[in-house]
Amino acid sequence: MTDPVFGPAPAQDTDPELVQLLTPEGERVHHPTFDLDFSADQVRAFYRDMVLVRRLDIEATALQRHGELGLWAQLLGQEAAQIGAGRALRPQDFVFPTYREHGVAWCRGVDPVRLLALFRGVDQGSWDPAEHNFGLYTIVIGAQTLHATGYAMGVQRDGAVGTGDPDRDTAVVAHFGDGASSQGDVNEAFVFAASYNAPVVFFCQNNQWAISEPFERQSRIPLYRRAQGFGFPGVRVDGNDVLATYAVTRAALQRARDGQGPTLIEAYTYRMGAHTTTDDPTRYRLTDDVERWKLKDPIARVEAYLRRNGLADDGFVEQVAADADELGERMRRECHALPDPSLHDVFDAVHAEQTAELAAQQASYDAHVASFEEVTA
Amino acid sequence: MSITTMSLAKALNAGLRRSMEDDEKVVVMGEDVGTLGGVFRITDGLKKDFGDDRVIDTPLAESGIVGTAVGLAMRGYRPVVEIQFDGFVYPAYDQIVCQVAKLHFRSQGRIRIPMVIRIPFGGGIGAVEHHSESPEAQFVHTPGLKVVACSNPADAYAMIQQAIRSDDPVVFLEPKRLYHSTKADVDTDADPAPLWQSRVVRPGSDATLVAYGPTVSTCLDAAPVAAEEGRSLEVIDLRTLSPLDLVPVIESVRRTGRLVVVHEAHLTLGLGAEIAARVTEECFHALEAPVLRVGGYDTPYPPARIEEAWLPDLDRVLDAVDRTFGF
Repeated sequence: MTDPVFGPAPAQDTDPELVQLLTPEGERVHHPTFDLDFSADQVRAFYRDMVLVRRLDIEATALQRHGELGLWAQLLGQEAAQIGAGRALRPQDFVFPTYREHGVAWCRGVDPVRLLALFRGVDQGSWDPAEHNFGLYTIVIGAQTLHATGYAMGVQRDGAVGTGDPDRDTAVVAHFGDGASSQGDVNEAFVFAASYNAPVVFFCQNNQWAISEPFERQSRIPLYRRAQGFGFPGVRVDGNDVLATYAVTRAALQRARDGQGPTLIEAYTYRMGAHTTTDDPTRYRLTDDVERWKLKDPIARVEAYLRRNGLADDGFVEQVAADADELGERMRRECHALPDPSLHDVFDAVHAEQTAELAAQQASYDAHVASFEEVTA
Repeated sequence: MSITTMSLAKALNAGLRRSMEDDEKVVVMGEDVGTLGGVFRITDGLKKDFGDDRVIDTPLAESGIVGTAVGLAMRGYRPVVEIQFDGFVYPAYDQIVCQVAKLHFRSQGRIRIPMVIRIPFGGGIGAVEHHSESPEAQFVHTPGLKVVACSNPADAYAMIQQAIRSDDPVVFLEPKRLYHSTKADVDTDADPAPLWQSRVVRPGSDATLVAYGPTVSTCLDAAPVAAEEGRSLEVIDLRTLSPLDLVPVIESVRRTGRLVVVHEAHLTLGLGAEIAARVTEECFHALEAPVLRVGGYDTPYPPARIEEAWLPDLDRVLDAVDRTFGF
């Protein structure tokens, strides 16, 4: 559509320009900018990560169905996007996740049982962000993109950008989704990051659905193109291709560490499951769509590549499956054993320096509880 | 002892400067805080002396300012955020209430947010809409935040430094009407009172007035007038709104039996309501009259030509004092 005065409207999102290194059929293809050499060990490790993370997700979903979790936000279908992004990190980099980054948490060494604890209602995030360089899950959509940008501004002030020291230069990753791209906070994060040239990578998993709303409700143009309007580069990568996601993220992280500023990565993928375990996607999307995306499965293409090139045999695949079984069994066992928290303790967590008011409320709660013990004694 | 006569604005500026000298992790950020020195000049000269890495002019987006300050705090900095006017804090409301206030709790104390959110608050300066509000109750109602209000230059100088040293997030309310109109001696070497304590600023024996921020001076003006009528008023400056320190208030009301709470914020569910409830609980048998409140009417803040009629002034405070003796 061309307006007689203002000219053409930007093209709608019909033909995504994806960076891809591995086709859905498992064929290795090359890219002029983002090509990388991958060792067989590296690709096998990606495969193992993705299988285990998928198992983690399936196990958690089952635990929710059995009433052991209040809720679970599934990552099914997004394994490549998360493992590619997670494995591209260096130890000193810091990640700000949404509530669905179980695969990135895996790469950062966060025990999956800690994720279960959150969704079970035992706590609101019990890993140490400073130990894993992985922030707490953030439920308010997009809020963490500002935290990532501010953290990156702190990295700049610490002189941990552009020194050329690979163990010192630090990048920050802000995860978010296609729905969050409409939030003010995400757009403000883009403005701040651009203004200060902050070392932050905005990693958007466009899984096509924000609960029931299709991507078209959020944007008339491909998301990665929004970056240009804010003054930094954007790129769209096949989010179901772990090699491409890894390569693109690695390049963007290095760009940030080198002091060249922010990048927006749009990992084009698909939410194969429901938004969360409370959602029913059959109410708003077609099975045909899901079936089409099944053909682009992130794990199947890596297995096809490994087998076709003689890089993995039945023994390897069976070993990974056995590892997945072991992980699933441990998650079930340790989930059941998670202790309930005590309301007494929550009063102590509100402030760094406790107030007299809260201490009094805590004492009052304790007395209330004790009054029942006296009755039953 | 080092005594200097300062306006409240100058005292805040000196306190910020002292904090920045004491701790290199203190950064000041907000709209126009750098080269301009802030629209009220509270950060005047700081950028020149500490550089733009520590005195950060931000894009005009309050959620962005507070949200990036969260990230800076997580990286080990102590951000002091300036919200240009009270009415502009609402775009940052989600970041303040859902993130700043809750991150310590959510992380069981692993994450600390030692952030100060400075808000010039209150009316009386003839401003346009959104420049004269008193949003404190919304932050007092939010677990995880601490809220303080200064009322004079000496407190301003000390309290801003104490708030910055706090490991908890503090909403720091500054009575903008008094920025340049009040001057007083400030002893920059004095040992300050603890931040989380209220203070009797004028002793009296017949009735108690409780105020904070801009209304403290209104109450201090009321006391000598009431004295001419033979009524001795005790005036208490709350200073800390969350946590609320009502120890001096309760002690006072047990002596006087009468309490009037004065604030510019809307009456309904304002601080006065909470104070009335707690004082009634603690002083029920000592009270000679119900706790009375003088506050802004429950309308949006009015146009400037009639704001003086809307604001609690000397006459409305004295009228409430009269009424408390009428029971």
